[in-house]
Amino acid sequence: MSEHLHQVTVSVNGVTRRGEIPARRLLADFLRMDLGLTGTHLGCEHGVCGACTVLLDGVPVRSCLMFAVSADGHAVTTVEGCCDPGGELGPVQQAFQECHGLQCGFCTPGFITTIAAYLEENPKPTEEEAREAIGGNLCRCTGYQNIVAAVLRAAEIKREREAPHE
Amino acid sequence: MKPPPVMYHGPDTVDEAVRLLAEHGGQAKVLAGGQSLVPMLNMRLTAPARLIDVNRLDELAYVRTDLEGVRVGALARHADVERATHAFEAVPLLRQAVRTVAHPTIRNRGTTVGSLVHADPCAEMPAVLALLDGEVLLRSERAGERVVKAADFFVGPMESVCQEDELAVEAYFPKPKGRTGTDWREMSRRTGDYAMCGVGTAVRVDESGGVTSAKAVFIGMGPVPSVIDVTGAADWTAAAEHAADRLDPEDDIHASAEYRRHLARILTARSLKAAYEAVAP
Repeated sequence: MSEHLHQVTVSVNGVTRRGEIPARRLLADFLRMDLGLTGTHLGCEHGVCGACTVLLDGVPVRSCLMFAVSADGHAVTTVEGCCDPGGELGPVQQAFQECHGLQCGFCTPGFITTIAAYLEENPKPTEEEAREAIGGNLCRCTGYQNIVAAVLRAAEIKREREAPHE
Repeated sequence: MKPPPVMYHGPDTVDEAVRLLAEHGGQAKVLAGGQSLVPMLNMRLTAPARLIDVNRLDELAYVRTDLEGVRVGALARHADVERATHAFEAVPLLRQAVRTVAHPTIRNRGTTVGSLVHADPCAEMPAVLALLDGEVLLRSERAGERVVKAADFFVGPMESVCQEDELAVEAYFPKPKGRTGTDWREMSRRTGDYAMCGVGTAVRVDESGGVTSAKAVFIGMGPVPSVIDVTGAADWTAAAEHAADRLDPEDDIHASAEYRRHLARILTARSLKAAYEAVAP
């Protein structure tokens, strides 16, 4: 049986991308296999680990729990889109580097997108809030200490970069 | 861990969705937030021939509050319910409970009405609907619109009375009568996991602080959310004992039945006390 294909148009990291895909193509697989954006990682594929988290219209969602066809007409931001406009590391990425917030890096894309969105709403989290913010993302390497530190550092970097220059 | 082949429908209106369900009901599943359905598809625990994706039904993406209570449309995400301050002010239990539904990322996508229809005995929102004596509005071409009370809506684990050709359109959470305090608390292995035991309570008091009604509802403790009336107990500990004695939880990998009953006793006493103190003069 050949599967019916659907035309989708999705704005990915600000670029309009089109695809022709079967209904069952997960958004994560569309990003990785059809668009070649392999920054989004698939861990558990049932919504538990958080590695595949992307932003849908700015809001974190699990891309393994969404069909690409449902994303038609929407805007998706992946870890590749979490850098600054000039291509330098974004505040969250910079903070992860400074604080050693990653080891193997597999879970990192999900953390970066989740934290980037979180800081938009909560620009100055406490340590406890930072822990809560990343509660839905699993990391098997770090023990989370450095990731929590990276959330707080990212908030600082973001404030510094957004502060009006003298 | 990839979903099986499926025919996809993405209706733009409720009428179209209901028509599609009339046509394909027996072999179609409604896809709303997908936070339970898509894992089941990925793990191939279910394989419907068709999916009817209701994510374009913007007309159902609402959380409305009036003097009577809160109406939640089928496309309102848990996060919409959580953020709606008007809903919190009218029915505080909604926010108290929805905050413990999984993680924020799941709440951004998962819908409250979808959670009701899914009827997971460990899920929070069915229990909230049950404790508040809420209702679900169902629509089909066959039966038109019908309103089902919470007490009749949940029939078993993962089973509600929503028929294969029916679309759950709206959930109604009535504002508790009089001076009523509510509380939600649960114990899970990790934050955001399904609770081993969860309890919601509603305590109504008169002007002098006398308790005129006290009820508790439980999750993870039986096949459907069970509401237990504990009005008239000597104190909160006795009320919690009374409730826990009426529960019949099962053992599983996360907790033994005895531990679950222990949790129910402790959490219920604390929860009733907190609900009472929220409104006591």
